Amino acid sequence: MTALQTIEVSKTFVNHKALDKVSIEVGEQSIFGLLGPNGAGKTTLIRIVNMISAKDEGEVLLNGEPIKQQDIYNIGYLPEERGLYKKMKVGEQAVYLAQLKGMPRQEAIRELKVWFEKFEIGSWWDKKVEELSKGMAQKVQFIVTVLHKPKLLIFDEPFSGFDPINTNLLKDEIINLQQNGSTIIFSTHNMASVEELCDHIVLINDSRVILSGEIHEIKNRFKANVFEVVYRSPKELIFESADIEVMNDEQKNGEKVANIKTLSHHSSNELLNLLIKQVEVVSFREVLPSVNDIFIQEVALTS
Amino acid sequence: MNKISLIIKREYLTRVRKKSFIIMTILGPILIAAMIILPAMLSEWSESEEKSVAVLDETGIFFEKFKDQESIKFYHVFEGINDEKENALYNKGDLLLYIPKTELNLPVNAQLFSVKQPGLNVTAYIKSVMKTTIENEKLKAQGIDPEVIKSAKANINLNTIRVEEDGAEKKSYTEVEVALAIFAGIMIYFFIFMFGAQVLKGVMEEKSNRIVEVIISSVKPFQLMMGKIIGIAMVGLTQFLLWIVLTGFFLVIFQLGFGGDISAGMQSMNGQNQVITENAASGISSDKMAMITEIIGSINLSAMILSFIFYFLGGYLLYSSLFAAIGGAVDHDSDTQQFMLPVSIPLIFSVMMSGVVVNQPDSTLSIWLSMIPFTSPVIMMMRIPFGVPYWELFASGGLLIVGFIFTTWLAGKIYRTGILMYGQKVTYAILWKWLRQKS
Repeated sequence: MTALQTIEVSKTFVNHKALDKVSIEVGEQSIFGLLGPNGAGKTTLIRIVNMISAKDEGEVLLNGEPIKQQDIYNIGYLPEERGLYKKMKVGEQAVYLAQLKGMPRQEAIRELKVWFEKFEIGSWWDKKVEELSKGMAQKVQFIVTVLHKPKLLIFDEPFSGFDPINTNLLKDEIINLQQNGSTIIFSTHNMASVEELCDHIVLINDSRVILSGEIHEIKNRFKANVFEVVYRSPKELIFESADIEVMNDEQKNGEKVANIKTLSHHSSNELLNLLIKQVEVVSFREVLPSVNDIFIQEVALTS
Repeated sequence: MNKISLIIKREYLTRVRKKSFIIMTILGPILIAAMIILPAMLSEWSESEEKSVAVLDETGIFFEKFKDQESIKFYHVFEGINDEKENALYNKGDLLLYIPKTELNLPVNAQLFSVKQPGLNVTAYIKSVMKTTIENEKLKAQGIDPEVIKSAKANINLNTIRVEEDGAEKKSYTEVEVALAIFAGIMIYFFIFMFGAQVLKGVMEEKSNRIVEVIISSVKPFQLMMGKIIGIAMVGLTQFLLWIVLTGFFLVIFQLGFGGDISAGMQSMNGQNQVITENAASGISSDKMAMITEIIGSINLSAMILSFIFYFLGGYLLYSSLFAAIGGAVDHDSDTQQFMLPVSIPLIFSVMMSGVVVNQPDSTLSIWLSMIPFTSPVIMMMRIPFGVPYWELFASGGLLIVGFIFTTWLAGKIYRTGILMYGQKVTYAILWKWLRQKS
């Protein structure tokens, strides 16, 4: 069930360690978030998986087998630094890139026409790339990445340069691809899209993996026993136990919203009981930390 | 292999479809053909017009000395200079040669009046006749019979004959060979630079467009680099072959269109060379024509073309791979200069050495320069018209092949690291680190 696995992969550039025993495990048909601050080593890892760069140590397994040159036909890679030949025509260029990925010419043209229609850029086939807007060019690049139906897709900042409408179009396509059996590795700084799309994440900082796992499990791991309660009451919330701390309490639209942190392990029901005695509870939920919060907190800790 | 052919195809097709390529391909041969045809046409026009020269000889020495030539007729006149000017020059439109009487009885200053510029062949003929006549007069004044001198004059005709290894003897004709050597050397320099620069530009375009990472996720960097280099080499070969074919084609067109004779044109072009080198003795005589035709025949044109192709490819591969490495390493045009100059110095140096090489094509220096792969393409092309022993050709060719394999290997190492590096100020120290980095 593991589509891609790296085992203690290390890479040293001239006097700079880019990756230090990085192990990740990407489950089949999952959307896997590869996160980390700038310069953490994400791109290096992606390039090693794509066999653009060679690793110094460690192993990369694709479907349990050591990865080999032939496997790049089954990988679609959308690099962060991406472009097209400006003077070439859009259709001709897309066919060329598809052929480089091993697709026969006729099949490439057929598939491309379908995708161009879907992305509403059919009329651009004979235009030169330099006439395209950035978003248009990005669409072409996305299409070329997924055209040869690779089992493993690696997107590095796929949404940069897209407006919200096209971002949604792309998100839908990514989910589509996953449902059709592809495994997706997704590297981005856009944490909202990580929360929305990813099921697993790994956080790399300073060449090392500092966090990895299933996204909800991680959120639970990092939860701080904080509950958000919306209530109606003329009075302030007061708890006798020193274990319970009201972090903030503010007025909002005639209702009050408070974040309550329980220091000892009060169950949510116990806390709710205490609340009901004092005020009229409108809503009550446990606050899980956002990926953004976890990212900032963990990177700060390990830097 | 299939991948690399896809890359070659793209590099080739995008370039040969460019307007600049098509214009160059057509314009080049027109210029070359014009260079061959124009002197022929000009000389034909000037020669077709028969000129008459009125000779006003106050000394009386030159009576009946000027013989009628193919396009020059002479006749003597005896009136005063002003009358003859009126008569011969303005009324008849002839040329007027005035040889005034001087104190020594031997004229040194003659004047040739003409309405239009007199041709080189007219002045050359008159000069040579006057020179011999006066020499003879001076000898007579000393009491020496000119016939004695004439018989004593040894007419040495030194034909340099090069003995080929197989024993075949061949007359060599240096002037034409010098011209051809320099032409070939400069052409190969020009071709290597022109297409090498296209490699540099192409690599930089891919890097600054950011398409390079997209492509090397499908093919190896080395394949991309070689595909580009080979594709552009084929563009160069296409251009070269088209130039040869089209030059021939335009020559035929010109010939049909103007009724001119190509071989006459080539002869007169080379003939002018001869006239100049031999101090304009007596214009173009018919046996000289035959000699020039022989010279052209003595140069093995197909061997020249084949060696041009080999040395173009070898030199191009050697330099363009280095250019590719530079293009891969730098981010901006402005950064290329510091690397381009040291790389192209041997090439520029070899063109600068052309004078030395054509003077002494078989000197130790020339031989060494034609062996070193960095200078051999230009220098060997300059030596070939003079004849080069086979072993030297093979040694030089072999070294060139070893040379470009080495530079390609070197360039591949720099290129594959460089193309993914952005925003780094590249220095020689950094290049050295990239070189030592294992793949």
